[in-house]
Amino acid sequence: MSEPDGDRGSREVLARVVREHAGRLAACLVSLLGDFSAAEDLVQDAVETALRRWPVEGVPDRPDAWLFTVARRRGLDVLRRETNYRAKLARLRWPQPGEGDDRLRLVFTCCHPALSRQARIALTLRVVCGLSTAQIAAAFVVPETTVAQRLTRAKRKIAEAGIPYRIPAAEELPERLEAVLAVVYLLFNEGYLSSAGDRAEARDLADDAEWLAGLLAVLMPSEPEVAGLLALIRLHRARGAARFDSHGRLVPLAEQDRGRWDHATIADATALLTRTARAHRRPGPYQLQAAIVACHAEAADFEHTDWAQILVLYDMLLAVASSPVARLHRAVALRYVKGPVAALAELAGLEEALSRYPLLHATRAELLRALGDTSQARLCDERALGLTANPAQQALLHQRLDPAHGEWP
Amino acid sequence: MFVETEEFAKRLEAMDGLEREAAYEAVVRWFAENSGRITHHMHLAPAHTATTVRLGGGEPIVTDGPFVEGKEVVSGYAEVEVADLDEALKMARSWPACPIVEIRPVA
Repeated sequence: MSEPDGDRGSREVLARVVREHAGRLAACLVSLLGDFSAAEDLVQDAVETALRRWPVEGVPDRPDAWLFTVARRRGLDVLRRETNYRAKLARLRWPQPGEGDDRLRLVFTCCHPALSRQARIALTLRVVCGLSTAQIAAAFVVPETTVAQRLTRAKRKIAEAGIPYRIPAAEELPERLEAVLAVVYLLFNEGYLSSAGDRAEARDLADDAEWLAGLLAVLMPSEPEVAGLLALIRLHRARGAARFDSHGRLVPLAEQDRGRWDHATIADATALLTRTARAHRRPGPYQLQAAIVACHAEAADFEHTDWAQILVLYDMLLAVASSPVARLHRAVALRYVKGPVAALAELAGLEEALSRYPLLHATRAELLRALGDTSQARLCDERALGLTANPAQQALLHQRLDPAHGEWP
Repeated sequence: MFVETEEFAKRLEAMDGLEREAAYEAVVRWFAENSGRITHHMHLAPAHTATTVRLGGGEPIVTDGPFVEGKEVVSGYAEVEVADLDEALKMARSWPACPIVEIRPVA
């Protein structure tokens, strides 16, 4: 995945090192101080110092100890009036002997449902993954001040509304875990969908999402949906290299060069999924979505896709988590099992819910074209084009509206 | 803070004596179950009894009705002593009456 460009390479190394250690330090300091905001400020300060100095001085041998020393020194300095904090900080040694990984508590606090969705995403990126405010702003193409305000407000709410720093009790866990996984999945989508050519410089949020899912899978080995989400992200990313052509244009699944897929990763992720399914027998939305992607990934070519199996999986998915978008995707599978007429009939029921969703119109165009109704198909493609802001989707639709080009399943 | 909606008021209105008694009992039970955490609580008279005074614009203006004219009105409150937001949320989830509960820390 990494590019030959050395600058980007070193930035990725830096990001990886910070991500591996900043969250641990934050988790430890929040526990120690009992003050989420103060602890987070210290870590952020250390991270920003690292981002400034490491590119010049090189990454230190013990990055975690380096970050700790900077955060601690800063803490002793700025918390002058808080004698209680200072005393605790002064006694703190690094690494913490015998401490388990506290980052799970951190994740649950950052993804608490009492915070807005945007705040959960920004906090998780900053506190758990160690991104700076500037990096978050760049990733979402919003002004840095907006992100800073969002973070400040969220940290204030944590302190003032009494959002706890702990792993939820068993009876709350399913709902709270769902909120955590939703944040990771949103992050992944953001990174994956916007990974078009013009934003190659931005940080790859899909990378952070995969790392987060991996962390959760280690920390929560008995939750099958965590493994499901990790498999889903890995399966999508394994096909990343074939998703765009050399001009940065989106390549439809049917036309992708499957030789460029990362088959080792596909095999690993599929094995993880099978293991999880056998061990728990609790298929949830992420496991089922991953199973659908695995079906596509295992087909030698588009013609050999096991659509009947995919349709079964969509039915299972709709049974546990029905959504208009999932029904739209099921309709595409239905096309290859029962034909375009049956699929078109399914779309009729989605018009109201998805009238502003470009893929509904693009899919309808596709089905109409398969039935030979090119003029209606064209109208639908134009409708889709008017609704999407994604440059890669726009390019593909422009291609389709030029009759010299082929289909988009 | 307990918030009533128009729909809830209508449903309450439509109840017969027995149903209303059962609903009332559920509320009494909730207060009993949570009595260890509740420091005090108050049920307010209906919104049509409200009078609002607006200050700060010269002469105070006195108007009939609640401060926000809307379909949702604050109908009462309970002050609770809890360790964190999750404990408050757990209590709010089991509240058996009006459909909206707003949780706010005491300043």
